[in-house]
Order: sequence, then C-alpha cells, then structure tokens
Amino acid sequence: MTLDGVKKGQSFTIAHIPNDHVRAQAIRFGIAEGEWLTCEEVVPAGPVVVRKNRQLIAMGRQLAREIGVRLV
Amino acid sequence: MSHCHGCSLEIEVPEGARRLVLAGNPNAGKSVFFNSLTGMYVDVSNYPGTTLEISSGQYQGDVVIDTPGVYGISSFNDEERVARDVILTADIVINVVNAVYLERDLFLTQQVIDTGVPVIVALNMVDEAESQGLKIDHALLSKLLGVPVIPTVAIAKKGMDELKKSIDQARVGQSDPDLQGMLNELSDRVGSRGEALLILEGDTAVAQRHGLEPLNHREEIYIKRRKRVNEIVEHVVREVNNKSAWVNTLNRMMIRPLTGIPILILALYLMYKLIGVFVAGTVVGFTEETIMIGHVEPFIRLVIGRFVQESSALGTILIGEFGLFTMTLTYVFGLLLPLVAGFYLFLSIFEDSGYLPRIATLVDRVLTGIGLNGRAVIPMILGFGCVTMATITTRLLGSERERRIAIFLLGLAIPCSAQLGVIAGMLATVGPQFAALYIMIILGVLVAVGTLMNILLSGKSSDLLIDLPPLRRPRLNNVLTKTWIKSSQFVKEALPLFALGALIISVFQVTGVLTFLQNMLAPLTVNWLGLPRDASTAFIMGIVRRDFGAAGLAGLPLTPIQTIVSLITITLFVPCIASIMVMFKERTKREAAVMWLSTWVIAFLIGGITAQSARLIGTETPLQIAGIIAVFWGLILVTVFTVKVLKNKVWGERPETSAKGIA
Repeated sequence: MTLDGVKKGQSFTIAHIPNDHVRAQAIRFGIAEGEWLTCEEVVPAGPVVVRKNRQLIAMGRQLAREIGVRLV
Repeated sequence: MSHCHGCSLEIEVPEGARRLVLAGNPNAGKSVFFNSLTGMYVDVSNYPGTTLEISSGQYQGDVVIDTPGVYGISSFNDEERVARDVILTADIVINVVNAVYLERDLFLTQQVIDTGVPVIVALNMVDEAESQGLKIDHALLSKLLGVPVIPTVAIAKKGMDELKKSIDQARVGQSDPDLQGMLNELSDRVGSRGEALLILEGDTAVAQRHGLEPLNHREEIYIKRRKRVNEIVEHVVREVNNKSAWVNTLNRMMIRPLTGIPILILALYLMYKLIGVFVAGTVVGFTEETIMIGHVEPFIRLVIGRFVQESSALGTILIGEFGLFTMTLTYVFGLLLPLVAGFYLFLSIFEDSGYLPRIATLVDRVLTGIGLNGRAVIPMILGFGCVTMATITTRLLGSERERRIAIFLLGLAIPCSAQLGVIAGMLATVGPQFAALYIMIILGVLVAVGTLMNILLSGKSSDLLIDLPPLRRPRLNNVLTKTWIKSSQFVKEALPLFALGALIISVFQVTGVLTFLQNMLAPLTVNWLGLPRDASTAFIMGIVRRDFGAAGLAGLPLTPIQTIVSLITITLFVPCIASIMVMFKERTKREAAVMWLSTWVIAFLIGGITAQSARLIGTETPLQIAGIIAVFWGLILVTVFTVKVLKNKVWGERPETSAKGIA
C-alpha cells in the first residue's frame, strides 16, 4: 500500500520511495526506507504528517501516493 | 589577497587569514553567531548565478563567511550549491546545531565532518532543549563526533566566549570507516577529500569540475550516515520527561481543517488588526503624512530647489510629483517600510513559534490546485503587505514553474496593503452585495488563472515535504532580529528599483508619453468598461503606485457598479512600477514582458465582462448581483474545462516531463 492510505495512529515502515531527490531529502529528515514511523495526522485530501521519534514531517498528498509502506 | 578557489564567490581573504565558515540547518541561529563574531562591518555579495547573497566579515584577522541554512550539501537547490562551495573552501567550519532537533541537524554535521574540513560544533539553544525535557551529554557527543562541541544559548550570549576561545581547537572529525576507505582512494585522484565525498555522493557539478562522471553511492552513504547519526543521538540524548500534552493537542488543532482554519483566521485577523488598522492607519499617518510629506519633502525641495527649478524637466525628475527624492523616499520609508516591517514581524512570530510550516500543511491542498504547494502561502500572505516584497520571497519556492505561477498571481490578483486601504474605503460606500461581487470576481480570477497556468505550463510542481519543528513560545529577541534583518534587506533591494521606476515615470511625464497613454486608453474605458473618460487617468497612475490608481478613482463620481468595475480593473491591472522592476529582475525579460502585458489584457477583459454582464442582468437587487457572480464563475468553469479537454487532445500522448524538485 502507499502512504496516503495510512490512517492516523497506525505504525508502518517505509518500503519504497521512487524519486531520488525525495528519497535523499527524506533520509536527511530521518525517514529512510525500512524506518519505523507512525502516522501523526492526515489532513483530509491534504498532506500526511508522519512522526519519527520527536521529528514530524508533512508530505503532500501526491507525494504520499508515491511512497510505498508496510503496516506493522 | 586571494579569492575563493573552486567557487565563483569573490570574497577577499587577506594573506595568512583563515576562512571561518558558519554552517547549519535553517533556523539554527547562525545569524546571531555571525553578528557576534563579525560585529558591525559586514560585506554582502551576490553569489554569481543565483539570487542568493552571502555575508562576510572579519574576526580577529580571519574572514567569517555565512552560508544559507541547509539540511545537507548537494546540488538540490541554489542554497545547497552555495553552502557546498563555501564549505568546501573553508579552513574551519563552525557548525551551528539546534539542540532540540539533534536528529535532523547532525546529518549535516556528519556530512561536513565527512568532507574532512576541521569542524567545531556550537550546540545551540540548549536551554530550550532542557525546557523540552531533553538532556544532552555534550562531552560524549564531542567524543563520538571527534570534534569539539560547545553548548551555547546564542541569543542570551551564553557560551559565546568559550566558542570563540575554542575556534582554534576545531578538528577533523570521525567518519564511517568504510566511507573513509572509499574517500582515501578517490581523494588521491581529485586532490580534495571534500570534493571526493561529493563525487561519491553523485554530485554532478563537482564531478564535472574534475572531468569525472559522478559516482552513484549517495544512497548507501546517506543511509549509513543516517544510521550513524541515529546511534549518536541515542547515546547522547536522554528524555527526562515527556513534553506536556497540550503542545501536542495544539499541534493537532493547527493542522486539522476543522480547528486549523478558525485558528488561522484568528491569526490573520490579529494581523489585520495590527497591520491593516494600526500600522496602515496610525503609524503610516505619522511616518508618511507628518514626517515625510510634512517635513522631509519640503526640506528636500528647498535644498534641491536652490540649484534646479522645480518646474524644469530635471526638477520634475528629481523633486516633482513622482520625483526621485520626493515620491520614492516617501513611498519607501513613509509608507512601505512600516507595513513591510509589520508583515515581517508577524512572519517572524509565525516562523519562530513553528506555526508557519503548520499553516503550509493546512493550506497545501488548496494551493496544489493552482500549481503551488503549501509553502507558497508565505509569499501569498506577504503579497497583501507589499507585492514587491512578496515577489522577492518567491525564491523559497521549490521550482521555476512554481515561481512563475506565484509571481504572476501576485502581480495580477493580490492587492497590496497600500491599495487595500483605498479599496476597502470605496467598497464601504457601495454596500455589502457589491463588495461581495468584487471579492468573488477577484477570487475567481485568482483561482482560474492559477488553475489554467497549472494545466498549461509544462512540468510538474514540487510536492510539499517539510519538517514541523516543535511548537514553542516565540522569542522576542529572535523575532525582532529577524524582522530587522528582513526589513532592511527589503529596503536595500527595493529602493533602487523604486527609484528606477520613478525615473521612468517622470521621463514619461516630461516627454508626454503619460498623456498619450491616457488618451489611448480612453475609448476602452468609456465603451467597454462603461466608465467616465477620466478613469483612464487613474489606471495610468496605477502603473506608478497601485494606491495612486485606486485613490484616483475615489475622486470620481461613480455609480456602485462603475465603482466595482473600476476597482476590479485597477486591482488586476499592472502591478506597481517597483513590482514590475522586481519581475524583470527575477525572471527573464521576455517572461516578465509577457506577464506585464497579460495583466493589461486580463484586467480589461474581466472588467469588461463584469460591466457587460451587469448591463445585461442589471444590478438593482442582490439576486441580480448573485446572477453576475454565477455567470462569471460559470464562464471560469467552462474555460477551465475546455482548456483541459483541448490540452489532453493536443498533448495527450506526450509524456509529462517530470521536473520534480523538493520544497
């Protein structure tokens, strides 16, 4: 499944980020493929906010559609 | 004297002096360190090929160079390219790290350490980390990184002396052993470990400098670096108590539409009260009327008038109605500066508290429809203050495509504060149904033009990808410093452009071009817009200053619908002369010219459509006005739909060129 289908409060790992630049930027923010994350908030039709420890990252909906995740 | 090698930045470095480079993530507090090290004497130079400016100064015979705030050094955007080149030529890097976001900030630290340059870390805002319940073992951090770490609270001047004393102890830090091996091999070939690192990380520009193909190890190096940083953070940070629950609740409330929109409206209302009412009324009344027009202008006229006749051509240019030393100064210092400072004050509060990225998250969905993402909310809000300032701020957007859309929308459909004052006054006299007509039509144009540009421009806008720093109480010191820096930058940047604009208009006035334009416009004004002939004068004045145009209309005897048609036209009409100058500076000449001419066409087109449909439908009852709005929005829907269908037919088979950047 992709990140835009994750519900608030669910934990998941990142399986795949297709875009090179996005992947690099995500690693800088602490979100590498394989990392455990939780979904902090889903803005209706808008960005998905994910949490990694204390770090909160907001990703646009279109971007979230391209990121593969695995629920844990 | 020597210059920066390997990069094109012209900063003079005296013989024997070292290059101390400040580096850090955005909002780590670098500027406070820079000011503390260099004092008052600061050089600002433009970095060639970019719109970025680099500050440099002196500290005890060494040169201190600031860099843009970045999350890592690569070639992802101009900020990174500049930071990369300056860091690669550093003798010592002073890396400012925000103690609260250690996990994020240490990624850059480790990357800089991996370049092999001697580093000293300023662990900044330790007081805030403590108040958030974080205990950081800085001695262990120093041991693990292999470089000195000095805890600081820069804005309270804590730890600054120790940092200054320790600069000489900056050392080459520790890197991952595998990476080290790879680096040793390549740095023998390219002669620099830093450049070797970037080539390994796939940096095309650096590889080209050595005539090499970039290597594709970025992923591997990044993941190892991320792991290393996570381990370091795990060892040195201890969470003593969890942060109080209400901050988390507030965080949620800010990004959920149901609660977030009311909070945003409240924040904007406070902003309106302070800037729109207090600053625009009371403060500007004093600075523009009393100080500038009352005292400064007469004094300047008196002094210059001794040498030049005011009625002569030169006199008109220097001290006439649109004079270089009269209108330009009054406009920039009397009117704009207080407004711009007010807007930057709010923006700094929003930024410092961590609210701004949450607004971006909240409005992202709305802005993606017009080809922008949540970050564009910053120039859009600033546009209501001063479109010129907002146009400069579009530099923070992720791609050229977004900048193009944002700059055009700002120039077209966002009225600046100077104009808003006059518009609001005129709308108050015509009744709420007409005010609604005005708002709905301008909003319609904004949505329609943005949507059309999003459909028609090639490529793809960047997606929102931002980190939401913890919410905190804004610090007065930080907020005021930022407001001051941004406002003075605005004056430095805009003043020459305003002066040039005033010069052009004065020349038009002296040579009769202004009158010629007014006569040319008159038939259009009377027949198509249904306005009195004199209204064309107001439009031409609008080229100079947007509020001049609006104010020119206020003096005419107009019916309510004429008022609305003229206000719509003047709002959409060309932005003020300084905004046009900035447009030409920020975009190519051709693109800026197209934008400028388009605003003429759209303004008269929309004004005319409103006037003509009002003539057909009538304006006696609120229902008829609602009818005009419905017709207008119907036209928008039909246009957008048609364009979409046509585009799919014509370009349907062509693959979308994806120019995805990161914002």
